[in-house]
Amino acid sequence: MKESAILLCDDVTVEFDGFKAVQGMNLKLDKGELRFLIGPNGAGKTTILDVICGKVRPTTGRVTFGKVDITRKKEHQIAELGIGRKFQAPSIFPSMTVFENLEIAMRQKRTVFATLFARMAEEERSRIDGQLTMIGLQKKAEWRAGGLSHGEKQWLEIGMMLLQEPEILLLDEPVAGMTDKETDKTGELLHEIARKRSIVVVEHDMEFVRNFASKVTVMHEGKLLKEGSMDEVQRDDRVAEVYLGKRRDADVSRSTA
Amino acid sequence: MRLQKFTPQRIWILIGYAAAAAALFSAPLFVSDFRLNLLAKFLAFAIVALGLDLIWGYTGILSLGHGIFFGLGAYAMAMYLKLEASGGKPPDFMGWSGLKELPLFWQPFQSFWFAVAMGIAIPALLALVLGYFTFRNRIRGVYFTILTQALVIITTTLLIGQQAFTGGTNGITGYSTVLGYAIGSPETKRVLYYITVVALIAIFIFCRYVIGSRFGKVLRAIRDGENRARFIGYNPAIYQMVVFTISAGIAGVAGMLFVLHVGIISPSMLGIVPSIEMVLWVAIGGRGTLVGAALGAILMNWAKSEFSTAYPQGWLFFMGLLFVVVVVFLPKGVAGLVSQIKFRKKRREPNHEGIRNPAV
Repeated sequence: MKESAILLCDDVTVEFDGFKAVQGMNLKLDKGELRFLIGPNGAGKTTILDVICGKVRPTTGRVTFGKVDITRKKEHQIAELGIGRKFQAPSIFPSMTVFENLEIAMRQKRTVFATLFARMAEEERSRIDGQLTMIGLQKKAEWRAGGLSHGEKQWLEIGMMLLQEPEILLLDEPVAGMTDKETDKTGELLHEIARKRSIVVVEHDMEFVRNFASKVTVMHEGKLLKEGSMDEVQRDDRVAEVYLGKRRDADVSRSTA
Repeated sequence: MRLQKFTPQRIWILIGYAAAAAALFSAPLFVSDFRLNLLAKFLAFAIVALGLDLIWGYTGILSLGHGIFFGLGAYAMAMYLKLEASGGKPPDFMGWSGLKELPLFWQPFQSFWFAVAMGIAIPALLALVLGYFTFRNRIRGVYFTILTQALVIITTTLLIGQQAFTGGTNGITGYSTVLGYAIGSPETKRVLYYITVVALIAIFIFCRYVIGSRFGKVLRAIRDGENRARFIGYNPAIYQMVVFTISAGIAGVAGMLFVLHVGIISPSMLGIVPSIEMVLWVAIGGRGTLVGAALGAILMNWAKSEFSTAYPQGWLFFMGLLFVVVVVFLPKGVAGLVSQIKFRKKRREPNHEGIRNPAV
């Protein structure tokens, strides 16, 4: 199994001024896996994503992507290697059009020289158009991205990440603030994406996790608590204790702790 | 990019550009030599404003140090002019400080083209070095702005202190010829005016290309969200360095033209106040639009010169009032007013859904 791992976090510890946000966390992600990362507030879920994408340097431990050690690499280098990150709040470029947002995000040479002389190729245009259709924004291609609704912004950002063609997507609460319909559509989108890429999703919305998760990792106080299928995780006593508010009722939906 | 069809709007914009260019080229036929010289000076200022808009309007970096880049260009040209006036001998102010030989670094400035090259290269290089140490370390926002102010103080202090080499507080003045032509003659002035117009148009087109290119879109992306751009895989520091360098080089060109029109450069012309004034031109004209920045520079300087001749006592109050009015009522400058009107009109049309991209 080890050969198929695309991402390995090995004994990662992150310390902020003496406070250990993450303690000896191990995470192994296989190719094509859709992994959900859950846990109460302050469990270190977002921090571990920050470590993977280079925003935070771990105090100890190693992160390897494929065969490359990315523990000490810079954010833009990690992004170029193929790890895309979506933050909690939709972060698109509001003053640019939807089309331009996608154009910038698209996989391409990112040096000053290359962008200064880049010409829009037909193939690139059709790639962007295809993405616009997939995220359902083809009619709003020339809109200022800042004028989109919250859900549309989230999709635009997912579309940008897909055009970036990363091998791993790190998503931080992708359905926060979405309507039920939008949430379902996003879940389907994630499953479609996971056919070609690996995804790590940090999520609070338990119903969403239950509907779409195959494998779940539960974190608590910076440590790995339990890993397994949603059923296994829900049956686990410790998880119920720390996460589901000491209630073993399996139907505690949307317990956002 | 997809709007490259000839929509009526585009045609009107092109007609507007053509009219502006025609007006600039035919100005010598209508205005006096004195006014033409003033206009030429304003056009040089418009060039700085274009460069400043590239970094402030499009990349979101506020530089309060552009007076220095402008000034370095001006000093490079002034050194050449001074040497041509003195016939290659040490200029008068060196003698006053007891300097008998021409310093080594002055010597190549006997060549006009060397001076021109340096007038662009020195400010660009200085910007590159400053940008390297700041952007790479993610110093930005107000901290970067303060550093540019520090640069202004250091440079002016240096220029004043090294009187023997720089002319001190008086600066460098007393020119006679440029490339053998009498610098004060109306014919030369007219040619210099045309050169300034051509430079302005060329730099305008260059800036249009830059902001329309994917590079320009990355700049706007960095302005909107530097971190997001980083997580897409761009290295914002390099982009910021490059655009800061370009902007400084453009300011250098403007400085060279300024000296040719005005006939003097001194530290007070590139200090803190002029550096801030340059930013005001862009703010008032409309940051984030090239036309706005250039028009802002021309209008503000025209207003300054009109007010100061008409009301020698109170003109500063008028300028202050103008500034307050623009800041309070036109936060996006005069150019913003135009797009606001356009937007209101469009909103009344039934089929229009949402906001179109106002940029470019």
